[in-house]
Amino acid sequence: MTKRTRNLTLYAKYGLLAVGVLFIALGLLREEQLVVLKKAVKICLECIGVG
Amino acid sequence: MRIINFLKSRPFIQSIAAVAANAKIFGFFTGKIWQGNSKVVCVPGLNCYSCPGAVGAWPIGALQAVLGGNKHNFSFYVVGILILFGALLGRVICGFLCLFGFIQDLLYKIPTPKLKVPQKIDQPLRRLKYVSLAIPVIALPILLTNQFGIAPPYFCQWICPVGTLEGGIPLVLGNESLRSMLGFLFSWKMGILVFTILTSMLIYRPFCKYLCPLGAVYALFNRFSFYRMNVDETKCTGCKACEKKCKMNVEITKNINSPECIRCGDCKSVCKQGAITSGFCSRRQTEVAA
Ligand code: SF4
Ligand code: SF4
Repeated sequence: MTKRTRNLTLYAKYGLLAVGVLFIALGLLREEQLVVLKKAVKICLECIGVG
Repeated sequence: MRIINFLKSRPFIQSIAAVAANAKIFGFFTGKIWQGNSKVVCVPGLNCYSCPGAVGAWPIGALQAVLGGNKHNFSFYVVGILILFGALLGRVICGFLCLFGFIQDLLYKIPTPKLKVPQKIDQPLRRLKYVSLAIPVIALPILLTNQFGIAPPYFCQWICPVGTLEGGIPLVLGNESLRSMLGFLFSWKMGILVFTILTSMLIYRPFCKYLCPLGAVYALFNRFSFYRMNVDETKCTGCKACEKKCKMNVEITKNINSPECIRCGDCKSVCKQGAITSGFCSRRQTEVAA
């Protein structure tokens, strides 16, 4: 691993962490979590192979 | 010491993770699923949210629900969670925290003849999991909707054997009205489940290797995740004992942070030179290992 790829990997790790947190915050602002909750609390008939 | 080793062992951690993700055990007796607010959070591994015991949502199902709804064509929330899990752990989740991965591990322990898939077939098949992520999980829920702009979770509906195993069978057994609704889809999914169970006895983790879209997501992160593995070239003698041991067929001496490595640690335990290390690497550790 060259010094350049090593540094890139390091930036990528922290960058991804930051993007992950930012995305979750954006998703919460758009209230996407409510769509997730609504789907998860009802039996998903397609998923279990009934509907 | 033996107790500590047991507590640190992979099957023990996998069992704890399986119970934690399905802590609402009474659901198995009532034929109903948990409806609490904890389901707003995604669990890291494959654990169907229609399993009677499930306490959280499974990320790929959640992603399809948002993409297949009529409000958004992208889910910042679920993608953010996947990036966070992936960046921190990568496929450690597959090795330690996923219920279906654990089930496949147990099935492979059943003493039957074991098959080694020839490389010519194995390599192209490994790419199938990325197709399974791109098409039924992402593209179809966005593109193939009904007149209200809503799409079903195509992967869960037609491909995933886990919903049948964890949700379908226990719910159908405990719920009379669901039993009366069974038709072609249930037979199709039972067929997929039986096929997956049988192949998992012969081949190590076939679903993880070839089909799982969640494994495909975490595979993309293995190179960049905070949890890493390293081979110390000054200690490695090139005996390849590690590669013979690896059931995911990773070329360890060439690329131990391969997308296919599920971080099970088998290679580490077999290396007599102690050349393989793993953990949450700091910058310094990364540099030393490199
Ligand atoms: S590949 Fe999928 S099923 Fe296999 S362990 Fe990873 S998340 Fe679980
Ligand atoms: S490379 Fe090592 S840790 Fe990764 S899957 Fe193979 S044996 Fe397990």
